[in-house]
Amino acid sequence: MLKQIEGSLGIAEAVALCRPGAVCAYPISPQTHIVENVGKFVKEGKLQDCEFVNVESEFSAMSVSIGASAGGVRTYTATASQGLLYMVEGIYNASGLGLPIVMTVASRAIGAPINIWNDHSDSLSQRDSGWLQLFCESNQDALDTHIMAFKIAEEVGLPVMVCMDGFVLTHAFERLDIPSQEQIDSFLPEYQPKEFLDPKEPISMGAMVGPEAFTELRFLIQRKMEKALDVIERVTKEYRELTGHHSGGLLDCYRCEDAELKLIILGSSVGTAKDEVDRLRDQGIKVGIISLKSYRPFPYAKLREAIGDCKKVVCLERSFSYGARGIICPEVKRAMEGTDCDIRTTVAGLGGRAIFGSTINKIVHASLEGKLKDEITWIDMDTKLLNSYLKDAEGVTVPEDALVDDSVLKATVGHA
Amino acid sequence: MLDAIKFYQTGSKTVGNRLLNPSMRSNQASESRPNTLISGHRACQGCGEALGARYAIDAAMRATNGQLMIANATGCLEVFSTPYPESAWRLPWIHSLFGNAAAVGSGLAVAARVRAKKAGNTNVPRVIAQGGDGGTTDIGFGPLSGMFERNDDVLYICYDNGAYMNTGVQRSSATPPAARTATTQLVGSEPGADWGKGKNVPLIAMAHGIPYVATASVADLRDLEYKVQKAMSYHGARYIQILVPCPLGWGCASSSTVTVARLAMETGFYPIFEAEYGKVTSVRKITQKQPVINFLKLQRRYAHLTGKKGDPKVLARIQAMCDENIKSFGLIGDEVPETVPVAIQALERNQTV
Repeated sequence: MLKQIEGSLGIAEAVALCRPGAVCAYPISPQTHIVENVGKFVKEGKLQDCEFVNVESEFSAMSVSIGASAGGVRTYTATASQGLLYMVEGIYNASGLGLPIVMTVASRAIGAPINIWNDHSDSLSQRDSGWLQLFCESNQDALDTHIMAFKIAEEVGLPVMVCMDGFVLTHAFERLDIPSQEQIDSFLPEYQPKEFLDPKEPISMGAMVGPEAFTELRFLIQRKMEKALDVIERVTKEYRELTGHHSGGLLDCYRCEDAELKLIILGSSVGTAKDEVDRLRDQGIKVGIISLKSYRPFPYAKLREAIGDCKKVVCLERSFSYGARGIICPEVKRAMEGTDCDIRTTVAGLGGRAIFGSTINKIVHASLEGKLKDEITWIDMDTKLLNSYLKDAEGVTVPEDALVDDSVLKATVGHA
Repeated sequence: MLDAIKFYQTGSKTVGNRLLNPSMRSNQASESRPNTLISGHRACQGCGEALGARYAIDAAMRATNGQLMIANATGCLEVFSTPYPESAWRLPWIHSLFGNAAAVGSGLAVAARVRAKKAGNTNVPRVIAQGGDGGTTDIGFGPLSGMFERNDDVLYICYDNGAYMNTGVQRSSATPPAARTATTQLVGSEPGADWGKGKNVPLIAMAHGIPYVATASVADLRDLEYKVQKAMSYHGARYIQILVPCPLGWGCASSSTVTVARLAMETGFYPIFEAEYGKVTSVRKITQKQPVINFLKLQRRYAHLTGKKGDPKVLARIQAMCDENIKSFGLIGDEVPETVPVAIQALERNQTV
């Protein structure tokens, strides 16, 4: 059914279609509208056989989810930013216990300084947590990915984070095509846990494991991740056939045929980039986009295939690893190891700074004109603002309107 | 003195007090006993927590006809009962984290209700969440209060041995004043744990207005069983805090666990009572009042108070605490206190300031 609604309401509708038994909520922007709506569905009886629990913190949101999932019901929660960090101990616990919880991360920056706007530093901080992380381009993609996420999680035996850009998607009103309950019931049957806490067949979960078996358990999680690559593709195919929606998948290519430059982008910036790429193509500039949908598991082989023999790749990263560089770029390099593909990365859109078509345009031109000199370049840096601090504090400045890269950075700290 | 109390053993009836009629005596072992926490686990000799858990959970199993699940906080009880690939639990049991047992319990209760409803089953499994005093009064306190506030259908049992025993006897907010722990050592001008710190979680639980709150002791297992059974007759959030001496942490003989626990009751050091909907409804009266020194002198954590070099002023302060408890909770006489008892920390803080 077509509806013109807010992204968050769309997600709530999708979650309700999946018939969860437990939904936990603790308010944090920009995720709140999703659980508000799910709570309403439960209270008005639209979503039956489900309990909605208002907890006192994200730590408890994850913990109640762990209990509910271990108790054998389909379980959903949502969070963002500080909230995600507050539940981190439970995040690792849920994946270690193999509980197929699905959680929306309405991606948002992490403080200090406190910032409620969108970037990817929250979800990417949980890179090594053992959760699958699926990124969404649009609200339709997010809606569909949530439905697929339950099926993927339950088949793989690991929890899934569905990462959708905060505000940009969660609060945007768009046309959404919502599948029917009959369709989803046929796609996602009633949850049958492989094992759960049941007085009829008592089991102990969460025992203490020492050096004698810990490594093997870690290996088994990695094995599940490997399996997840296939499961994601299979579930996506099935879902696309059922609904006709082009959502999900490990990655998606846009105008990549004969592209001389391929941009690798996660999340909603893909939509902006598509428009700009169309304009650039009209001008004869051969550029394409690889939308990276699955960050964990990372689709190395699939990405290598998607990059193909293209010699220029630029990542657009909305997060950063202090003391190192980008977070996505090293993965892409790993995928392309042994080839002569030139891989650079750009950092933009932190803490909600808008990524416009002009930002994409700037990155593409900088790349094609050989201006991305270092592995990493900070795009759209307000050098005047930066200098206003650096000049007073340390008596140094960076050249105004420069593309701020490693050489510029090093010059300001005296290692030029 | 305590030696005057005689226990007798007849067959399996090893913990019956001779003053009880036979029908009220406890069976140490019987065919019908669930043995939910079965032998072979790795608790220390004389572990009060193992004893308390065994009786509490068996009582709950009886009360629920075996329809019971447990969420266990990290701590000794978790470590000694489930070293992979072994488990001493004969019921559905989960350990998640140190600070989240109450919340995991809430989740389990949700799942049990939803599954039962979907299956058209009216027999909904019940849930116990449990942990030590560190996991309860400190790191798990937020989720515990949340579970209380929502009145989730969970019985939370705190096995209180007054410190973080599993990590090597560090001070918790349940550590009594002047007690030696690894983080409140017997050095300086005021050796042992500080005065005027800590919290009384049973009273805080009562302030949530939940259906049932009780304290209990491994020195009175019949009372403990009765309280667990009573707790399971209620739905909603319930809290039982059991005093479980730790021979290792307290520095007492492993054969003296029950003796020390009994002295904690008989001195007024640890008031045993129950409360329903925020009001005290019964108090376990002191049967043979003892001076607190009799409790302290069996434990090396108080060695600095009871030897020749012991400071009589500190001893007097602890005695004053016990006397205040006796008054506040009505531990002697026939009365049940009509007002909510005051946390003993109030007296300490009043004196300190």
